[in-house]
Amino acid sequence: MTNLFNYIEKPSPIHNLSGATKFICLLLWSFAAMSTYDTRLLIALPIISIFLFKISRIKLKDVSFILTFILVFLLLNTIMIYIFSPHHGTEVYGTCTVILGSGKYSLTKEQLFYHLNYTLKYISTIPIVLLFVTTTNPSEFAASLNKIGVKYSIAYSVALALRYIPDVQREYHEISLAQQARGIEMSKKASLVNRLKGASAILIPLILSSMDKIEIVSNAMELRGFGKNKKRTWYMGRKFRSIDYICIVLCLLLLVVSIVLTKVNGSRFYNPFV
Amino acid sequence: MKKFSVKTIVAIGIGAALFFVLGRFVAIPSPIPNTYISIQYGLLAFISAIYGPIAGCLAGLIGHALIDATYGSIWWSWVISSAFFGAAMGFITSKMKLDEGEFGKKEILFFNIGQAVSHLVAWIVVAPVLDILIYSEPVNKVFAQGAVGAISNLVTTAIVGTLLCIAYSAAKPKKGSLSEEA
Repeated sequence: MTNLFNYIEKPSPIHNLSGATKFICLLLWSFAAMSTYDTRLLIALPIISIFLFKISRIKLKDVSFILTFILVFLLLNTIMIYIFSPHHGTEVYGTCTVILGSGKYSLTKEQLFYHLNYTLKYISTIPIVLLFVTTTNPSEFAASLNKIGVKYSIAYSVALALRYIPDVQREYHEISLAQQARGIEMSKKASLVNRLKGASAILIPLILSSMDKIEIVSNAMELRGFGKNKKRTWYMGRKFRSIDYICIVLCLLLLVVSIVLTKVNGSRFYNPFV
Repeated sequence: MKKFSVKTIVAIGIGAALFFVLGRFVAIPSPIPNTYISIQYGLLAFISAIYGPIAGCLAGLIGHALIDATYGSIWWSWVISSAFFGAAMGFITSKMKLDEGEFGKKEILFFNIGQAVSHLVAWIVVAPVLDILIYSEPVNKVFAQGAVGAISNLVTTAIVGTLLCIAYSAAKPKKGSLSEEA
């Protein structure tokens, strides 16, 4: 089990941005991509993000494993859409131009265009999430959540989650080996009910020991007076610089463009068929 | 605004970490090729039953968002549904006293009806509606996906969640289990 939040430390302008900036930009960017189906904007976003990847010095091979996984998932999803609703494009764009076959599964231009947009929509958010995950230090991320107005108790929960994921992972692995040594079968050889029972045999010790951990950690925090004051400082916090503000404004512009395009097009879809 | 107790904060953090590990690594192969059964909702129902709706809601939200982030795209409609499930379970089970070791036949029935209703609402109402609003996907596709998700989550929660609650309550001394010797 490897560390999934593969933060990759490198000297780059993107790494130097504060975590809060990157988080705000991520949210603005994904709202912009989420709200629009305008093909022109959806083509522009991936191009910008490839450019950003260049700046961040993150190499393609650092993220290639996850990238393949996502692309397979995306492919399955578009196939699902086609199977369930082969004329969704016609519903969306209002016209019907058959190019192949006939009947229920005839292929229309509108459907292909809808699938193109759907795929682009994902391709325009995936790189930016990957960029965020690889260039933001998890501890700094929790500090930054507090900075953008999330209550520090919730920001601290996120910090705790990130802190305890490796611990829980290791503990799960240890318990799993111990239970397998005692004869629990988790592979395809066992029946489904037995597999679920096997999972429970690992889960119960794991969760009962986590309950103890919750007790210990919360006692320790209470002893140190956690939650007594309205504010707290963060060891990993970073100050905003002018570049941070510039980035946020640029991402805000993206969102504005996306909203304006929706108004201009009259709907979320850019329709070349009318 | 009501202040959370320190224990709730820690429960959210560690609950989200558990949710993440179970959802991301513990894949039980199902009879259908290349599909895996997710057991994290059994855990989430359990966390909600013990620490209440706020803990369940946020543990689901943070845990699910982290899982999605490692896959490269955060699917907000389903993340919100997870948070909804955690919160709903917290409200439904708020009368139960797991901490005092009370989890008999009546509670098992109540817990399972509650989780079934919450799952059905979360995956057949909340998730598909948000999918349509945010991603404007075809209606029948999202409802089919939601139904499959609801049924598999419902079954795993019924097995894993119930077992967890039984194991946890059995480890707690019952209220009034001590009697004064004459």
